[in-house]
Amino acid sequence: MDMLQDFYEAALDTERYISNLKGRGKRIIGYLCSYTPEEIIFAAGLHPLRLFGTKGAVTLADAHMQSYTCSLARGILEDALAGRLDFLDGAVFPHTCDTIQRLSDIWRLNTRFPFFADVVLPVKLDTESARQYMEDVLRRFKNDLEGNLKLKISDAALERAVETYNRIRNCLGILYKLRSAHPEILAGDDIYAIVKGSMIMDREYVAERLPALIETLHETEPVEDSGKKRIILSGSICDQPALYTIFEKAGGVIVWDDLCTGSRYFDGSISTEGDPIAAIANRYLERSICPAKHLSNTIRGERLIDLVRDHRADGVVFLLMKFCDPHDFDYPYLKSFLDKEGVPSMLLEIEDQLPSEGQLLTRFETFIHMV
Amino acid sequence: MTETDTDKKSRKMQSVGRMKEIMTGYYIDAKTAGQTGRKVAWITSGGPVEPLIAMDIIPVYPENYGAMIGASKMGADLCARAEAMGYSSDLCSYARADIASSLIDGGPIGGLPRPDMLVCCNNICGTVLKWYEVQARYYDAPLFILDTPFCHTEYTDEAKKYVRRQIMEYIAFLEEATKKKFDYDRMKEVGRISIEGQRLWQAVLDTAINRPSPMTCFDAFFHLALIVTLRGTPVTVDYYRSLLAEMEQRVADGISAIPNEKYRLLWDNLPIWYRMRWLSEKFAAHDACLVADTYTTAWCMSLRYMDENNFLDSMAEGYTKSYLNIGVDEMIKIVLEMVDKYDVDGFVMHSNRSCKPYSLGQYDIQRAVQRERGIPSVTIESHMVDERSFSESQTETRIDAFMEMIGQKKG
Repeated sequence: MDMLQDFYEAALDTERYISNLKGRGKRIIGYLCSYTPEEIIFAAGLHPLRLFGTKGAVTLADAHMQSYTCSLARGILEDALAGRLDFLDGAVFPHTCDTIQRLSDIWRLNTRFPFFADVVLPVKLDTESARQYMEDVLRRFKNDLEGNLKLKISDAALERAVETYNRIRNCLGILYKLRSAHPEILAGDDIYAIVKGSMIMDREYVAERLPALIETLHETEPVEDSGKKRIILSGSICDQPALYTIFEKAGGVIVWDDLCTGSRYFDGSISTEGDPIAAIANRYLERSICPAKHLSNTIRGERLIDLVRDHRADGVVFLLMKFCDPHDFDYPYLKSFLDKEGVPSMLLEIEDQLPSEGQLLTRFETFIHMV
Repeated sequence: MTETDTDKKSRKMQSVGRMKEIMTGYYIDAKTAGQTGRKVAWITSGGPVEPLIAMDIIPVYPENYGAMIGASKMGADLCARAEAMGYSSDLCSYARADIASSLIDGGPIGGLPRPDMLVCCNNICGTVLKWYEVQARYYDAPLFILDTPFCHTEYTDEAKKYVRRQIMEYIAFLEEATKKKFDYDRMKEVGRISIEGQRLWQAVLDTAINRPSPMTCFDAFFHLALIVTLRGTPVTVDYYRSLLAEMEQRVADGISAIPNEKYRLLWDNLPIWYRMRWLSEKFAAHDACLVADTYTTAWCMSLRYMDENNFLDSMAEGYTKSYLNIGVDEMIKIVLEMVDKYDVDGFVMHSNRSCKPYSLGQYDIQRAVQRERGIPSVTIESHMVDERSFSESQTETRIDAFMEMIGQKKG
């Protein structure tokens, strides 16, 4: 779709897009996790950029992280050490998992960007003390940005940031729902480009473009449902557009996801009442969670079942990144929740590269025949 | 130099038998808790056990159990069972072995007693959070999470406030679980005994400063069990007092841990539980004594923050700044201090696939040690209780090359 060209360009050649932005005087702050308080970075007039990591060879990072580290952490470190992220003015490391936690130390000790911050978020999200701590940590982060980069973040700027992000998240949710209702309205890799592009491109621009895109799609005559099997993708990140295409070729369609580069990114909106920092903190306690955080012992299983029902899914594909402990720990229980409901699932473990197309196609076809 | 039977006998530690007795008694108490009406709490190795002791709850440590599984070489079988349940073979082998042993009531001592509650403190890793969620679902037992924010460079005021509030939540959780009021006076006493135990443990480890050292880190791995499981009880204090006396006597009598201590080494990371004897003999054959390690020191490292007159408050900081909850640069400082304190000639790093917070960052620590102190190092890779992951021949080659380097350097 023509309207998506800029999203595709940003998603596929991020370096070029960011260099242009940088050329226009924007300062770029890299981040690694969907719990990054992007709104505060945006309110500071800085540009938040989600880092995805190289899919090429890892050599320099080998001197810092063992081979049993996930490809995301190794890939991002490789990019930084190889100078491919020299456009960054800084990076933010929210507390996520054991690997990102150590990547933060290694990054701090081995790179020289002007700005660096750890945002040591709470791991549990189900108590008042954790909520208060979340808020305190976000305030510290705001002070870090202000102090280290000599700038001021006003409440008005925060409120504008909240509005912008609410609009982006709301639009991504609408697009997902549209696609769930009419799976053929957008291709899977279109959705990929839109979500990834939204984490890369200028957010004001994204906030303008997404409503226009939705309007165009509303005007489009819905394509007739081709009867493809409706599948939910569950896992951490998916930076593999080919995966969607191969899946569609196999006769399936991804109607929703539980990914941090997907619905976990846009789930939940920030209240526009009261203190904006407190409101940003509160959203983190409500949005669907990453397995590295704790809300209850069964919340992810229950939510996955809800997603299956809400989107009339025929099955679930678990897309797990090799060496991702939090997701690996949840897999058996999530699968057992699905088994109890009679929902078929398959597990696909990936590193930086997808298996060959032929192999993947066969596996998807086999699964789709089964559901 | 060949060793006579008399030499071997004099080298054998007297305290070993007493330790086995205490641990057997402890596990009998824990396994019969259901009959004696006492509550059982499963708790992580770095978690604050003192409030449990003060409430007369029996603490049970899946990690200590993991070590038992590893030492009795039951890890590979249990880990494989966990994999059949869907757990990836890349996950922590303690967690895999424990999860599988729950399901089949298998493993040493026929599995652990069922928990009435679970206490998970994430000051050692994020893995324990996921592991305890698994067990909370399996046993349908209440789970308390003590969330200790990671101290990359500092223990912030907001983290302090958060952890202190959680200590009160922890106490409320225990009151709810036992339907008993918390006894703050008893807590003070338990706190005092805990700190005394930690001081004695540090003193035991410090005897390795002597040349030759009366103990190796393999001895420390064994004698560690009490400071982990029964911290805060008088039996621990008594035991370490007598162990310290034994070590001091060995020093006075010139009894060394290995027959001919020529080189002194520092160990990093958890033990490779199923190859303890092999490793200790391998190094001893090179006249190398592993005099100290970062792992067993972790149970007394927080002493600097602990105040026996204000235990609950100081414990918040002590537990949050544990060795695995601080930045790599902070760890480097501690390793360098240990290199100097124990005057070692080399650094042995166990790159432990089961423990990312301990292992990721090791290469940076290794470079810092080489740069700052100029001593060689070696990396041994394994999963700490899954013997399928261990290559004996590769490890042997590495150790031989490493010892040759040290020999050339030191002469």
